[in-house]
Amino acid sequence: MEGAWVPLALTLKVAAWATGLNLFLGVGIGFAMARWRFFGREWVDALLTLPMVMPPTVLGYYLLVLIGSQGPLGAWLLQTFGVRLIFTWQAAVIAATVVSFPLVFKAARAAFETVDPQFEDAARLLGVSEWAVFFRVSLPLAWRSILSGLLLAFARALGEFGATLMVAGSIPGKTQTLSIAVYEAVQAGQDDVANFLVWVTSITCMAVLLAAGRWVPGRVGPRA
Amino acid sequence: MRQSLLSRCVSRAALWLLASGFSLAVQAADLTVSAASSLSAAFRELAPLFEAAHPGNRLLLNFGASGALLQQMAKGAPVDVYASADQLTMNLAQQQQLIVPAARRNFVSNALVLVVPVASVHTPRVLGDLAQPAYARIAIGLPASVPVGRYTQGVLEAAGLWAAIRPKMIGAHNVRQALDYVARAEVDAGFVYATDAALMPDKVKVALAVPTATPILYPVAPVAASAQPELARKFVDFLMAAPAQAVLAKYGFGRP
Repeated sequence: MEGAWVPLALTLKVAAWATGLNLFLGVGIGFAMARWRFFGREWVDALLTLPMVMPPTVLGYYLLVLIGSQGPLGAWLLQTFGVRLIFTWQAAVIAATVVSFPLVFKAARAAFETVDPQFEDAARLLGVSEWAVFFRVSLPLAWRSILSGLLLAFARALGEFGATLMVAGSIPGKTQTLSIAVYEAVQAGQDDVANFLVWVTSITCMAVLLAAGRWVPGRVGPRA
Repeated sequence: MRQSLLSRCVSRAALWLLASGFSLAVQAADLTVSAASSLSAAFRELAPLFEAAHPGNRLLLNFGASGALLQQMAKGAPVDVYASADQLTMNLAQQQQLIVPAARRNFVSNALVLVVPVASVHTPRVLGDLAQPAYARIAIGLPASVPVGRYTQGVLEAAGLWAAIRPKMIGAHNVRQALDYVARAEVDAGFVYATDAALMPDKVKVALAVPTATPILYPVAPVAASAQPELARKFVDFLMAAPAQAVLAKYGFGRP
């Protein structure tokens, strides 16, 4: 039964990296989209939200075409750095990041839009730099919504299967996440292994949800 | 009470749907065939031939790794005929009393080959070349559920190479996935059937023919729990007959 701990550790590592990346990407881009008006803004928003609604296998295919050895990005990486992304845990992180990005981005943008601009203007009047306005006024006011988005993103990254399978394959110890391990155990008729893996996954997800409930209780949004 | 035009149309349409549903259930019988992935192209071409010979019946094709298909059947999937890529999986099906042993037949044979991407600069000349660092990733079907992976493991173990090659193995869930990995040049080499390699001559090239200890024979059998036992047997007979064998030979399958 020790076979579950390696996929679990790998799944947590991939989900943690994906959520960490989305913390910077999602919050940064969410803030930019909330504050900066430009022509075609809603189109860009829709494009950035697309990974959430697209079937994961379709997304996985796009990623495979892009970062595969024959794809534009992948070929460049291969020639310049000798790096092959497919079948690595980094590719699993990329897949998980892309699918869970909209969850953080949407939450961040909505949160920053509900922050009363008067607070930010007041801070500016007091002579605070723009960075400090962001970190000491906007972000703390938006933080609870962003956190709930991050937790959803973490849960999504934990369960990511379709896109991960396409670009990261299934290599035990390197890219075989819990979802893929369950799939293979069922295919091979190893029901006892599958049952154990499913239990481990379920308990992990419950733990994440309970932690989410603890840290983000009830009210979300700026406090008046 | 006068019904509106819309509600009259809707009720007519609903009646028509119900009627057509009933008539469909009476007429046609759907035959569900679970077949190994390597048979997909050939079976897709055979389906219209069978349907023409048995009008009113539809052939529903379900492809996947033989092991995965076995699990579906074992868990109660409504399959009528099962064609696997190795004797082992069919033996497992027989042990679990999922098939009709008396009607089990070997209907084609196949060969194992080592393929590399067509643009590859390295081509292995013997199996032992795979142990070299130039071959960092080798696509092999997962032995637990994919027959081509089991054949590969058997050959490599017999050659004393399994320990050296196993760390480089990129597991594939079925033979077509292994082929796809080689076609995309994401791996340096892969083990597939000769029939699969023949499907993509522009993307993969055969480096070596890999002889296996026992010949690769594909068995087919009607499923015990089938709702159409006679039609299922007819499909097995159809596969053994000359027209179907000609189509299979066209795809590179050998005689059983």
